[in-house]
Amino acid sequence: MLITPTKAQQDKCLLAAKRLAFLVALIPLAKLFWLGFHHGLGANPIEKITRTTGYWTLALIMITLTATPLKALSGWSWPIRWRRMLGLFAFFYACLHFLTYLVLDQFFDWAAIVKDIAKRPYITVGFPAFLMLIPLAITSTHKMIQRLGARRWKRLHKLIYVIGIAGVFHFWWLVKKDITEPMQFAAVLTVLLGFRFVRWWRFR
Amino acid sequence: MSQQKIPKLLTSEITPIEVYRQRREFMRLAAGTALGAALPYPIFAGEKLPDRVKSAYELSDKLTPYEDVTHYNNYYEFGTDKESPAKTAGNLKIRPWTVSVEGEVRNPKIWDIDSLMKLAALEDRVYRLRCVEAWSMVIPWVGFPLAELIKRAEPTGNAKFVEFTTLNDPAQMPGVNSPVLDWPYREGLRLDEALHPLTLLTFGLYGEVLPNQNGAPVRIVVPWKYGFKSAKSIVRIKFMEQMPLSSWMKAGPSEYGFYSNVNPTVDHPRWSQAKERRIGDFFKRPTLPFNGYADQVAQLYTGMDLQKFF
Repeated sequence: MLITPTKAQQDKCLLAAKRLAFLVALIPLAKLFWLGFHHGLGANPIEKITRTTGYWTLALIMITLTATPLKALSGWSWPIRWRRMLGLFAFFYACLHFLTYLVLDQFFDWAAIVKDIAKRPYITVGFPAFLMLIPLAITSTHKMIQRLGARRWKRLHKLIYVIGIAGVFHFWWLVKKDITEPMQFAAVLTVLLGFRFVRWWRFR
Repeated sequence: MSQQKIPKLLTSEITPIEVYRQRREFMRLAAGTALGAALPYPIFAGEKLPDRVKSAYELSDKLTPYEDVTHYNNYYEFGTDKESPAKTAGNLKIRPWTVSVEGEVRNPKIWDIDSLMKLAALEDRVYRLRCVEAWSMVIPWVGFPLAELIKRAEPTGNAKFVEFTTLNDPAQMPGVNSPVLDWPYREGLRLDEALHPLTLLTFGLYGEVLPNQNGAPVRIVVPWKYGFKSAKSIVRIKFMEQMPLSSWMKAGPSEYGFYSNVNPTVDHPRWSQAKERRIGDFFKRPTLPFNGYADQVAQLYTGMDLQKFF
């Protein structure tokens, strides 16, 4: 016998799942802490922390970009309702990533940082990508959406496409030779942005 | 293809390395010194290399811990991340092993690794290692100058360069199944660089036989060049008239030159080489020209534009 859950039951379930997703998004950070306290970060801990926080920033950006296609294909609305939380997690990991670079890697060597931004292509694209995340995080509240108006807010948040592309380039240009991981991100991003492009093209 | 079928072995059947070492130690002690000398020379990672002499090259830098030296490795034949070689290189069979010395020499020879090891007195040499990725270590290697081998090979007048080739065996090296580099791994030196007393034919580290992930059973170490110049698990040393094209030069000619001398003033096109992080340190330190060996090697490059010949 099949019992259709009521709307209230469904909502309860989804809320529980969202809370679970919140905890899951914290796992990479928890793992870093755990490894840090158990000599598990290897010979070059700063590199490990930089790589891990960078990886999860990019992964979470990709995940937020799946919300729209998922809704269009399945009709589910919960991905859209999780998107802000996951987007803020992307920003959170991006902040950790940037702080690792600023404090642990360069230790506030501003001259070296300015030189990096100007001269190192992967930092030249990575740094503005981080800066562009800031307005998106600031305007993530209900109040801000109301103040901006849905149309302007939507237009502003299209910045995430640029950020995603810049993020993939940032990763691609920094690896020495094995581009497997950046290529995987590039493939995912191509599908996610390609979906939007096709849809825009058809309904133009 | 020389891909042999290896019979499946239960992990429980493998003698733990500690037990194995104890057994060997016991045999050595039981046999006494006279007989002990006749016992097989140490060949496995972690076994002490006997009769080492002190080197004339001293270095006061603090040694990088053994654990870091052996678990943070760039050895793409065993995977491109630093942790992989320590995990997967254990399967590499280091006996029997031969090194073919060939090309522009009067005495070409296929050396058995055990006789090669005994060709000259093994020295303990502490060297800085500077990776092109801007990190560094200090490693006590065990070996003797490559010049000892070159002397015996007697290069002809045509020999201007030396090419080193690493083993390329897909059955033992999971990394060579992916085309990240043009396998086999090849590196090269100019003959005078190869003859320089700092260029070390290396069989061990920390007084012990090289762990596989560090390039067992034999590698070279060229301390004034970026780490990738020091080829690991060498099977061929070829003397030639033309400059060999190394795997890294082929992979990125604008990023990896033939010389690849450590040089803080010549940046990698994508990152700075001015500073390095010594493994274990928090603050970066300035990188030294020729990795601190300028007094010994700078004269090899007099009159050369090091921006051009990077």
